[in-house]
Amino acid sequence: MEEHKTHISSYGNHLFVLLCLITLTTITVAITSVQLGAFNTTAAMIIASTKAAIVLLYFMHLKFDEKIFRFMVTLVLAIYVVVIVITFFDYLYR
Amino acid sequence: MSGTTTTQRMPSYLEYKGRFKGLAGWLLSTDHKRIALLYLYSQITFFLAGVVMGIFMKIELMAPGQQIMGPATYNALFTVHGLTMIFLFIIPGLAASFGNFFLPIMIGAKDVAFPKLNLFSWYLFMGGAIIVLIGIFTGDGPPDTGWTFYAPYSLKTNTNVVLTVFGAFVLGFSSVLTGLNFIVTIHQMRAPGMGFFRMPLFIWAMYGTSWIQLLATPVVGITFIMVIFDRVMGIGFFDPAKGGDPILFQHLFWIYSHPAVYIMILPAMGAITEIITTFSNRVVFGYKAIAMSSLAIAFVGYLVWGHHMFTSGMSDTARLVFSLLTFLVAIPSAIKVFNWSATMYKGSIDLQPPFWWAMAFLFVFMIGGLTGLVLGSVATDVHVHDTMFVVAHFHYIVFGGAGLAFFAALHYWFPKMWGKMYNKKVANIGLLILFIGFNTLYFPMFILGIMGMPRRYYDYLPEFATPNLISTVGSWILALGLIIVIVNLLRAKKAPPEIIDNPWNGRTLEWKIQSPPTLENFEEIPVIDHGPYDLIKE
Ligand code: HEM
Ligand SMILES: [Cu+2]
Repeated sequence: MEEHKTHISSYGNHLFVLLCLITLTTITVAITSVQLGAFNTTAAMIIASTKAAIVLLYFMHLKFDEKIFRFMVTLVLAIYVVVIVITFFDYLYR
Repeated sequence: MSGTTTTQRMPSYLEYKGRFKGLAGWLLSTDHKRIALLYLYSQITFFLAGVVMGIFMKIELMAPGQQIMGPATYNALFTVHGLTMIFLFIIPGLAASFGNFFLPIMIGAKDVAFPKLNLFSWYLFMGGAIIVLIGIFTGDGPPDTGWTFYAPYSLKTNTNVVLTVFGAFVLGFSSVLTGLNFIVTIHQMRAPGMGFFRMPLFIWAMYGTSWIQLLATPVVGITFIMVIFDRVMGIGFFDPAKGGDPILFQHLFWIYSHPAVYIMILPAMGAITEIITTFSNRVVFGYKAIAMSSLAIAFVGYLVWGHHMFTSGMSDTARLVFSLLTFLVAIPSAIKVFNWSATMYKGSIDLQPPFWWAMAFLFVFMIGGLTGLVLGSVATDVHVHDTMFVVAHFHYIVFGGAGLAFFAALHYWFPKMWGKMYNKKVANIGLLILFIGFNTLYFPMFILGIMGMPRRYYDYLPEFATPNLISTVGSWILALGLIIVIVNLLRAKKAPPEIIDNPWNGRTLEWKIQSPPTLENFEEIPVIDHGPYDLIKE
């Protein structure tokens, strides 16, 4: 159909993203030695989501691609959130 | 009407000589039509194997006491029957066979977006099936958990659960990749002029299905891996002694397996829409409503899994929420049924075999759907949960709904796929016998369930004897009908080819090309300037 805009990110950009990911991984490991109680899980989840977001946006080109893909991913995440929320109707009230 | 009859006929996809000859020409072909037939033949083979198992179970249940098998065999048999029917026949269902064959054609494309991936998906499917088979015949015997593999029993039984579950895991990949392939195909490969709202409704159904395949299947994949980890390494995800939760298994399993019901039924509904529209000779009533209801079903289908767990011990709040949400699914399904009826209303109906199949579908699907309401509300479900009522309900939906639609689609598209016509009279007689057998087989199970006969037992109390006997006789009638139907189709396949490009006056794109289609479907990609069902004089 229409011609595709191809985005080519620079090596520097990729390297920077890689560094971010490695840093976050280090933090994930490091944080386990800090006693945060239930917040240990929270912290791990937040870091993991950040990493996933970075991978999606940069390595998987979501940031540069057509809008429809961002829309699709958002919708998928929304379904995921809804499923988790409903599951907790069981776990919170059991 | 039929566009290409007078022009020169090209070799069809069946005759076409590619790089490989004979069997290799099929096993290595990336043509979506040949892959579709590979799926079709394998699925029907699995289906027939499942039917044989079903009939053996019914013989065992013919009378109280042990007839032909003991409890262990019966347990293995309903497990393998369920696994075969669900994972090897009806989940690939209409999508893998008819979807593969007609999705590209109906949107005016030469193939799917990733033909090699498509062939690879079939290999994954067969690979998974073979692993399941090995699991059944080796080790400590076939699994006896039921097709649902509920923890904690699936962690404790000595039977060969690990291998079978791993096979199901591989099958899941096939499903995911097919879904992905179809989504990309629908987005990228539509013929010029074919906007989303000019797609035939079968394609809309396939679109919803593909998204479910893509998003829901990984959940069950991971669940199966967790079962394997629990069994092999004793991690304890589902083991309360180790801080795990057996109900979590049920959550995860049904987060996939309820949407999976829509993987089975959505393409079936899509095919029924095509059939009803064609044979009513009318523009479909409520095109947009049907299209959107497919997406709505796909979406709401994610929210209702807990109706399988009303007696599992989950919280009362959750039971309430799931019961409420479950009733919401009735809306889009009813939209479809009403639109089908409205399409037929005042149409000039052509009573051909595919139409009769569609009517049989409607009838049993309604019974299945309405009895679903009994199971959807907590108060009534606790009485009939895990009884024969449930077995009756899901056979009405899955076999009566998706299964009959599979055969409806086969009769509808048969002349297109092979360029031949079956004996219509025999087809109708076969259907009639099958239909009578079907209801004789399954209707008594509703009554048995309400009387309190539990499912998954090889034996029962004497007071359940009469309905069980009737039901067993029904299974023989059903088998007779099935034999007639299949032999009729096989004979038609052997007959010399005729020129029947458009035997039903169909209006969607597949009827505008030659039967059987050529390798590339269209010699020239069509340009679409009207809706899929518009009545246009040629
Ligand atoms: C001639 C056809 C068939 C017969 C005679 C038959 C019979 C049966 C019987 C007797 C049971 C076990 C009931 C119990 O004791 O719990 C059963 C279970 C089941 N059937 Fe069928 N059936 C047939 C076709 C189908 C089809 C076409 C499907 C799906 C597409 C299907 C799916 C299932 C499933 C999922 C179960 C549950 C297995 C379990 O409890 O884990 N059956 N069937
Ligand atoms: Cu369900």
